[in-house]
Amino acid sequence: MAQAKDNFIEIDSAVVRFAGDSGDGMQTVGERFTDSSAFAGNDIATLPDFPAEIRAPAGTLAGVSGFQVQFGSREILTPGDEPDALVAMNPAALKSNLADLPTGGMLVVNTEAFKKMNLTKAGYETNPLEDDDLRNKYHLVEIDFTNLTKEALSESPLKPTDKARCKNFFALGFMYYVYGRPLEPTLKFFQDKWGKRLPVLAEANTLALKAGFNLGDTMESARNRYQIAKAPVDAGVYRKISGNEALVYGLVAAAKQAKLELLYAGYPITPASPILEGLSALKHFGVKTIQAEDEIAAMGMALGASFTGKLSVCATSGPGMCLKSEFIGLASITELPLIICNVQRGGPSTGLPTKNEQSDLLQSMYSRNGDSPIPIIAAHSSSDCFDCAIEAARIAITYKTPVILLSDLYIANGAEPWLIPNVSDLPDLEVPFADSNEEYVVYKRDPSTLARDQAIPGQVGLEHRVGGLEKNEEGGVSYDPNNHEEMTRLRADKVNAIANSLPPSEVFGDAEGGDVLVLGWGGTYGAITSAVRNLRTEGFPVSSLHLRNLNPFPNDLGDILSKFKQVLIPELNMGQLSLLIRSKYLIDVISYSKVQGQPFKVSELSNKILETIR
Amino acid sequence: MKTAVPEEENALNKKDFVAPNDVRWCPGCGDYAILNAIQRTFPELGVPKEKFVVISGIGCSSRFPYYMNTYGFHTIHGRAPTVATGVKVANPELSVWMVTGDGDGLSIGGNHLLHLIRRNPDVNVLLFNNRIYGLTKGQYSPTSEVGKKTKSTPVGSVDYPVNPLLFALGSESTFVARTSDTDMKHMVETFKAAHAHKGTSFIEIFQNCVIYNNKTWEPVTGRESKAEQSLFLEEGEPLVFGAERNKGIRVNGFDPEVVTLGENGVNESDLLIHNSKTSNPAYPALLSQLNYPAFPTPFGIFRQLEGRETYEDAVTQQLEVSHSKQGEGDLQALLTGSDSWVVE
Repeated sequence: MAQAKDNFIEIDSAVVRFAGDSGDGMQTVGERFTDSSAFAGNDIATLPDFPAEIRAPAGTLAGVSGFQVQFGSREILTPGDEPDALVAMNPAALKSNLADLPTGGMLVVNTEAFKKMNLTKAGYETNPLEDDDLRNKYHLVEIDFTNLTKEALSESPLKPTDKARCKNFFALGFMYYVYGRPLEPTLKFFQDKWGKRLPVLAEANTLALKAGFNLGDTMESARNRYQIAKAPVDAGVYRKISGNEALVYGLVAAAKQAKLELLYAGYPITPASPILEGLSALKHFGVKTIQAEDEIAAMGMALGASFTGKLSVCATSGPGMCLKSEFIGLASITELPLIICNVQRGGPSTGLPTKNEQSDLLQSMYSRNGDSPIPIIAAHSSSDCFDCAIEAARIAITYKTPVILLSDLYIANGAEPWLIPNVSDLPDLEVPFADSNEEYVVYKRDPSTLARDQAIPGQVGLEHRVGGLEKNEEGGVSYDPNNHEEMTRLRADKVNAIANSLPPSEVFGDAEGGDVLVLGWGGTYGAITSAVRNLRTEGFPVSSLHLRNLNPFPNDLGDILSKFKQVLIPELNMGQLSLLIRSKYLIDVISYSKVQGQPFKVSELSNKILETIR
Repeated sequence: MKTAVPEEENALNKKDFVAPNDVRWCPGCGDYAILNAIQRTFPELGVPKEKFVVISGIGCSSRFPYYMNTYGFHTIHGRAPTVATGVKVANPELSVWMVTGDGDGLSIGGNHLLHLIRRNPDVNVLLFNNRIYGLTKGQYSPTSEVGKKTKSTPVGSVDYPVNPLLFALGSESTFVARTSDTDMKHMVETFKAAHAHKGTSFIEIFQNCVIYNNKTWEPVTGRESKAEQSLFLEEGEPLVFGAERNKGIRVNGFDPEVVTLGENGVNESDLLIHNSKTSNPAYPALLSQLNYPAFPTPFGIFRQLEGRETYEDAVTQQLEVSHSKQGEGDLQALLTGSDSWVVE
């Protein structure tokens, strides 16, 4: 830390958490803070954390909604282990978040909310703001956001209750002052959102934001301000993107690159619903969307569309995957291309619908009856969902197979900056349908990919039947024992052949080997890479490898694993990848599990890695 | 593409729709007659052969696609309506025929059938009703009568059966009809009418399972009983039946009753006149309640409503409207969004 001019202290990163009632607009201010930081040139990563109930009783612990953002002048791969500053809009938010705030951290509270009734709802017997411990332990900043907002809006025609609802932007303005954030992106947001429809509201929020910012100038306790330089990133055009957004765009891009119409069928489910909503807004791209009567129907509709030669997609979460299993088996035996996205959440059953977990890997591998291997890929970050959608489409179309694309709630809702790709650089995914001039043999295979030719309804002379019964090469129903074994092996060999099309794996660290390889997959990428990078800076012989392809594994994986003395596999499940790696490579890997509905902290991983080394 | 065949030689016939596979239903199964009727119907519809798609679920009837030389999809139990919806929405130019049974369509797949019908895609649904599970060797089905003794109900079923036509009407079906595997001419006529209807056509076919529920419809469609126990619906004509054509259906309050023409001063003007185009579902619902033995069982088109948009047309139209309002989607602009920034 270096003291700078104008009370600015130069730091390389910071973590801010906004917490309040689920009706307080915490997600909105978190998003705005993120936009402003991205606009300022910082690298960012976010973690929205909200309850399963849309409006739990106001003021209760169950209704607390939070949004954490880390921003910095260096590469930021996670939303941060713990906040440097916590904004608590009510006692319940304070109670459920205070444990995460380290000693000396900045604690900003809305004093107006610390009334008897709210204190009781949060389970406080006395007002914690009157507790000297709180003052001594943290940098406490007490502001009556509610009444200061009302005062700032004294001229506004809004009703008093509506004025008070602008307090989240007052608080945001104050935090903008503390961290020297630009106001422009937020002012533009107000204009875009309400400028035409509700100009009074746009004006009120503008006033509230500016009043909060100006308050910082006059307050003794906010004298210290922080400054964070721009992050050194590649030149280009950037935007902020969440995993679900990236998935939507990736699917649209994949359809364009494959020269196929995109048909998406889905059933609303947390946290995958934004994919259905996002694609439904893109009808001018020729995207057809169907909101099905249930998860099974969504899968059937997609498979029907696939049979007619469309790029067909479903997205769901774990419980929906359970329902789709029988249809995925049908897609496997009929060898039709299909993308099934699973935005994972905490399980089993309904589990933790708004919390994160990566516990559906074994479900993806094995949930079907019979031997029915399916390619599985997993996105490692929000923006990686775009690339994974394209990769899933490539595999599905090239190999004529359903593909499971695993995302998770953390990367689906979290956001990061994204270097926007140039559409002309995207890969060509086009694969022709069967040739009408040749005799059509339904299960005749390409010798290199083992994929069958697909003929589609409307093609003259290629009429054929597909279905769930085992077939021979000509497409006839067959109960022949040897045929069934051959077809079973061919389907498995075809999925395994995908590995031949994968690029070499990239080890972060020492490709030639070392003491510890940290092997990961999915949304733990940021935390694992941060921990390994930090330890390598300190000179520890640790490397990491993050898998995108989970079935089949890359061809070079066994070789890489054998070069390290120990392989540590951190997962937000009970050790699912560990089980697969052990069974395939006969390596006694060390499994590190966490199933608390929260991502790994970098510090947790660092400690575990150090423990493994020692 | 193959060389176009001259117009006069292009006419399709029944043989064009016979698949090379052996048909493997039990000898005497009613499915043979239905297959025959479909293979006779298809060449007369003016649809190119490559545009037909036959989709089924699971059960004896659902083997149907394998015996049709068209594009076909034998899917999974109860889910054929979902695949049919996907096919039709994806490519509205296809002529989609769905084959299901009383178990497949009304038990495991009841939910999907409801939603198919209410969405109203132009799909023709053939529900083979034999009131038994055949492929699993003889358990009662959701259309089996109360008290039905089967392997799974040794002292009789306690389930109240579902009425397929009332189910379809409850799902706001725009086309509801009934025919029988015993009546080739009537089947072909009904299938042609279903094809002509734009929207989901629901046809219940009385079908005989010769092994596990033989002669279940005999009291209605059998040679001896047909005249007195069947009622053939004809548009604009009074509901008349009987070997002597002297019986009819009259409404008394909300209830139908059988009357004899010429008795107690009853004449044709007292009878219900068949009108399949009335939008009020009360009339077809009333027809659906005419059941053996108190009433003759109606066959023909119970309901055909014109004018409700098909699902695929509505979907296509939204795409066209969005396209004309927003222009052709620009992928690069979509990816860039409205809040991008430049790093030099």
